[in-house]
Amino acid sequence: MNITLKNIHKSFGRVHANNNINVTLTEGQIVGVLGENGAGKSTLMKILSGFQPADSGEIWIDDQFVSYDGPEAAIGRGIGMLQQDPLDVGAFTVLENFVYGRSGGILPRWSQAEQELNRYVRDFGFELDPTLWIEQLSIAQRQQLEIVRLFALGVKVLILDEPTTGISADQKAILFDALRRLAHDDKLIVLLVSHKLEDVIDLCDSVIVLRAGERVGDMMMPDSATITPEQISATKTHLVELMFGQEMALHERSLATLGETVMSLDDLHMRSKRLDISGVRLSIRAGEIIGLAGLDGSGQELFMRAACGLAPVHSGHIRLGERDLTGKPYRHFMQTGVIFGAAGRLEEGLIAGLTLTEHLALVESTAGAIHWPRMVDETNARIAHYNVRGQANSRIEQLSGGNQQRMLMALLPENPRVLILEQPTRGLDVDSSRWIWQQLLERRQRGAAILFSSPELDELVAYSDRILVFYAGRIYEIPDVAGITIDRLGHLIGGEFNG
Amino acid sequence: MNEELLNTLSRIVANATPLVIASLGETITERAGVINLSLNGSIVMAAMVGFAAALVSDNLIVGMIAAMVAGAVIALIIALASIELRQDQVAVGFVLTLLAADLAQFLGQDYTRIPGPQVPNWPVPVLDQIPIIGPIFFDHNILVYFSYALAIGIWFWLFRTRPGMAHRAVGERPEAAFARGTNVHRLRYLYTTIGGALVGLAGAAYSLHFKPGWSTPPSMQGDGWIALVIVIFGGWHPFRVVLGAYLFAALRAVSSDIQKNGLIVLGQTIEFNFVLLNALPWLLLIVTLVLVSTGTIERLLQIMPRPLQKRMRSVLRSDSPKALGTRFEVD
Repeated sequence: MNITLKNIHKSFGRVHANNNINVTLTEGQIVGVLGENGAGKSTLMKILSGFQPADSGEIWIDDQFVSYDGPEAAIGRGIGMLQQDPLDVGAFTVLENFVYGRSGGILPRWSQAEQELNRYVRDFGFELDPTLWIEQLSIAQRQQLEIVRLFALGVKVLILDEPTTGISADQKAILFDALRRLAHDDKLIVLLVSHKLEDVIDLCDSVIVLRAGERVGDMMMPDSATITPEQISATKTHLVELMFGQEMALHERSLATLGETVMSLDDLHMRSKRLDISGVRLSIRAGEIIGLAGLDGSGQELFMRAACGLAPVHSGHIRLGERDLTGKPYRHFMQTGVIFGAAGRLEEGLIAGLTLTEHLALVESTAGAIHWPRMVDETNARIAHYNVRGQANSRIEQLSGGNQQRMLMALLPENPRVLILEQPTRGLDVDSSRWIWQQLLERRQRGAAILFSSPELDELVAYSDRILVFYAGRIYEIPDVAGITIDRLGHLIGGEFNG
Repeated sequence: MNEELLNTLSRIVANATPLVIASLGETITERAGVINLSLNGSIVMAAMVGFAAALVSDNLIVGMIAAMVAGAVIALIIALASIELRQDQVAVGFVLTLLAADLAQFLGQDYTRIPGPQVPNWPVPVLDQIPIIGPIFFDHNILVYFSYALAIGIWFWLFRTRPGMAHRAVGERPEAAFARGTNVHRLRYLYTTIGGALVGLAGAAYSLHFKPGWSTPPSMQGDGWIALVIVIFGGWHPFRVVLGAYLFAALRAVSSDIQKNGLIVLGQTIEFNFVLLNALPWLLLIVTLVLVSTGTIERLLQIMPRPLQKRMRSVLRSDSPKALGTRFEVD
């Protein structure tokens, strides 16, 4: 099956998300769809998979004009999409999820469906217990189920949106093998939407690049079996150039001069419902950046929260300079200059419904009445300085994700002692991430120590002086980041601490 | 087994029936992701409408159907307000519960304290001869038997059939349901209305079966809230919901017995403030919620043998449907 998209247009208000996009996809190909945030990748994929209608334009399948409405109709035409957060039902079992959406009588044939599911799972080299509940599965397993389900429904085009976020290196290898099999043996079209250039280079046969709603270029990928590191790096540079319209130098590690110890953790022991982290000894010096690696839920979240008084410490001590802040609430940490930034921008960091000025008032004013005119002036100054696209009286949720992140940055104090940041560049494109890091590095130059977590291995390697790898509550320290490869780091994150 | 105990148990089953039907109706609605908070008002209104219709037409069936229509209409208003007008389900439900209860008293003025028809007792042949079980469960009227069938039917529908999966999916994750071709809004209308009709039937069960008749203030005032609580206690599972309703009715029977006879332990009468007993069901609910939220049930599941674990999970699980009370919009 071949697919042609002709003159696709889609606008949201004044934003032209897809501007006259033409794409032809041939069976048996893995095609990467690249672009920075807001380039229109997701919109195009949603149009193709029926989640959104196009304003105008045509979709042709094997030289026949088709039109369909809704994702189920798209699947009927052979086009299925695996969402970043797989669209399954948490309270269902694996088997129920597999059966739900398939046609048939009122009473499903459970045992027949179970045999079919097991056969597919085996063929793909996956491991899925049909009786487990979706809530008990990892993201990777939920993806596997969704791929099996869509394949069993007979899709000929499989679209994947950022499938490698939140899965381990081993799981990624299994996923990529399955996708290669789907494309090269079963002759499907596999479309991969991703921010991660390594993944795209590794997996895809070719790439199309979108920028500001338009298709700006495409590129054949070198054969991943024979690729050399030099080729990878050259391809990467070329892709970044296409995505952003200019060549961007990759970040040069700058070694800051480390100052005295600002924070020390002494034999810290933390416990949550599922995790037990013990014996953490760490001293953090001024100007030091420590990256925290690990899959979601490996302990880094608990560790970061415990280190600033947001989660209970079972035993051990947290010292800031001479002060022992063990067991003190976050307020005390904050007064000492330890600032925490949560990953959930709108869940924990910002307050939906409040304006930018009100946000600033929350962190700035100490007591008593707020002098609003002065607060508005101050907000405008920060908006200008941090280049936030928004007004002092805009509500925070009206801003785009990148601008919310900028606002969060604007709310941070100028001279913190320790910044503890959960995924500071989550969901941001390369350009916005660089901007965030610029701000962080400036603060570091002024002597702030930074602890940050990130699911992006290259971000960790690029910025950290030291990396702590978390796996199931255990911690592995990489003292010398210069000597580590991304591949090795990927294996560490999967728990292979030895070897 | 002693006669008096059998009688008490049988009475508990009969008294619990309106609560069983109402909370099962609400279970259907909430499983589809809609909260019908108007239960208390709906039940009172339907009790009045059902009684009046049965009295005027001299036909019990007409009375029950009228009550079901009343419950369904109120539920439909909530669905419409939530889906079409994008109003908050909780707010609309709350206003309706107050409105319906007061309106029922106003409209029912002419029907207070007059004798009317009552659903006749009809022991099930053969089954009522089973020792113990027979007199407790099968010496009642048609509404009671209907409540048994309803619980089993809902369980089978939700957990064994294809449309039942869509029903649950709409309440758990409407986006996923949509992606599989389920019409989310249509199902929410459907199950909210069916649930409302059952709540209406529960109202009729009060005025035509248990404490028959209509009075001001209505005797069933307050039970709607209890039905809502039973749904939570029951973890949105039909069998646990039924269990919850029976437990509640049992507590009530014990409490009224103590009011009459005093609390007698080992032949000694103990001074006791029986009003406190009315608080017992709520205490039970709090204990349940604590067990659920601290993960005790999850741990309990984990120590069970694996095959049993799988069977028990859907019964013991107590999370609310994930999309309960939320709106669904296709983007």
